[in-house]
Amino acid sequence: MEMEGALATVELKRRPRPHAIAYLISLVCYGLMLLPLVAIIFYSFLAPGDASDASQWSFTWDWYQALSHDESILEALTTSLIVAVVASLGSTSIGLLGALALHRSQFSRSELVSGLATLPLALPELVLGLASVIWFGTIGLSLGINSVIIGHITLTTAYVVTVINARLTDFDSAVIDAASDLGATPWQVARRVTIPLLAPAIGAGAMMAFTLSFDDFMISFFTAGVDHDTLPMRIYSMIRFGINREIYALSTVLILLTITGLGVSSWLRRRSI
Amino acid sequence: MGRSSRIFLVPLVTWLGLFLVGPLLMVAVYSFLERGPYGDVIWQPTLANYTRALDPLYLRIYSKSLVLATSTTAVCAVLGLPLAYTIATAPKRWQPGLLGLLMVPFLTNFVVRVYAIRLILAAEGPINLGLLSLGLITEPIMMTDSTMAVALGMVTNYLPFMVLPIYVVFEKFDFAMIEAAKDLGAKGWPVFSRVILPLAKPGLLSGLSLVFVPVLGEYMIPDLLGGAKTLMLGGLITEQFLRVRDWPFGSALAMILVTAMMFVMWLQHRYRGIEARRGDGGRIGYSRT
Repeated sequence: MEMEGALATVELKRRPRPHAIAYLISLVCYGLMLLPLVAIIFYSFLAPGDASDASQWSFTWDWYQALSHDESILEALTTSLIVAVVASLGSTSIGLLGALALHRSQFSRSELVSGLATLPLALPELVLGLASVIWFGTIGLSLGINSVIIGHITLTTAYVVTVINARLTDFDSAVIDAASDLGATPWQVARRVTIPLLAPAIGAGAMMAFTLSFDDFMISFFTAGVDHDTLPMRIYSMIRFGINREIYALSTVLILLTITGLGVSSWLRRRSI
Repeated sequence: MGRSSRIFLVPLVTWLGLFLVGPLLMVAVYSFLERGPYGDVIWQPTLANYTRALDPLYLRIYSKSLVLATSTTAVCAVLGLPLAYTIATAPKRWQPGLLGLLMVPFLTNFVVRVYAIRLILAAEGPINLGLLSLGLITEPIMMTDSTMAVALGMVTNYLPFMVLPIYVVFEKFDFAMIEAAKDLGAKGWPVFSRVILPLAKPGLLSGLSLVFVPVLGEYMIPDLLGGAKTLMLGGLITEQFLRVRDWPFGSALAMILVTAMMFVMWLQHRYRGIEARRGDGGRIGYSRT
């Protein structure tokens, strides 16, 4: 106990105290980022009426009820979930195999391939979206849920390759050499050695791909055509039509889901250590 | 891995060729084509889209977008560096919480985040309500549909892209060095400019392009917060594709955007190269003396 206390003091002493201005700026930053979210949660419970008089405020679940009966939102949510699941499965498989092959590869063009694979990280989503829609027109692929999934796989593969590659450079490649020396085929090495070691990175990559796909607006906006709105597209058109209160409720649900997701992933990380 | 693992590369290479390289080359091709009467294209090579893109009307939009992207990046750097430093120097057990407060807005749906900023600034939003109830104003102030609203939206949304890479650099750093500098009599500005800033530089450089590049092509934020008056490059390009249906001209604009971004990344790469050649002694200012 005493030992722990002493260590804590040492740590505190070693860490400099930022200047008061740094604290002030940090406070402003957190305010800028969090106040809009707090406001949207608050407004989602506020009954209509004159909001300027706090004594007149009354609170209601009405917007949440309206939300749960809104077919178009449920439909968009289903589309988004299907797209995100298929896209993350697709990009995780393609990205995993690709990262494995690119790692320590002697293949002369491997730098070109890994550069191309991670290019969507640097490309504005707008460009990837418009390039895809031109291309789908050229090759005669009709716009719909398939074209959205293809666009999302291209985007999210870049993240999967980056995450898995970072992990591959971290771990001891001697185990792989040992397995090959003992006569394992590349497939056996991958299945019995590399993939189990990579499991956390594969999971992280897949989760990232899912989140990015579920969150994406721009690529879907270009490639969905008519009738296949994803959830962000649906929210966007609701904003355009001036539907407010239901969006507040939907936003609150999405914010709470984000917090839950973050909580679960940090709990999983702590458990795995 | 041996040569035979090259087969694992097949899906990735096929996918990239089919759905990344092909599409991007097609944008380049389209930018040299003519627009047909019904929003289709005529396969007739022309430079007209590029000469049209040099029209003063469009040059104004580019310069407005450039100014916005540059100032957003600068503000994010000024705010993000102290924030990353504050988080990195906080007691270890607070850091997950402080990072979590950063990750919640970062991972919340983008459309929702932008809309939340619109709500904050709206006539019935909390700022106007607060000012009204304090009696400071009698009529709500119109704050949405302005360049200021767009700038606020950009900074708020892209700030984590600056903070996270700087935090990663700080996190690995032994802060005893700063204490040492202080013990040796350096204080205030010298500690910042000769110790903290050089340390933060790699993260800061990543942050600069992580903010600048997407802001330059941003569509949603100007669209939802800027109203019709503030057309930016992202909005102009999107309009060509989805409303005007002039794909060749939209492609030419996209090519200009991509060229601008590649230039920024090349600059960054070059700067990093110079830094690397100068070596560590150059990175930490006082060790040269």
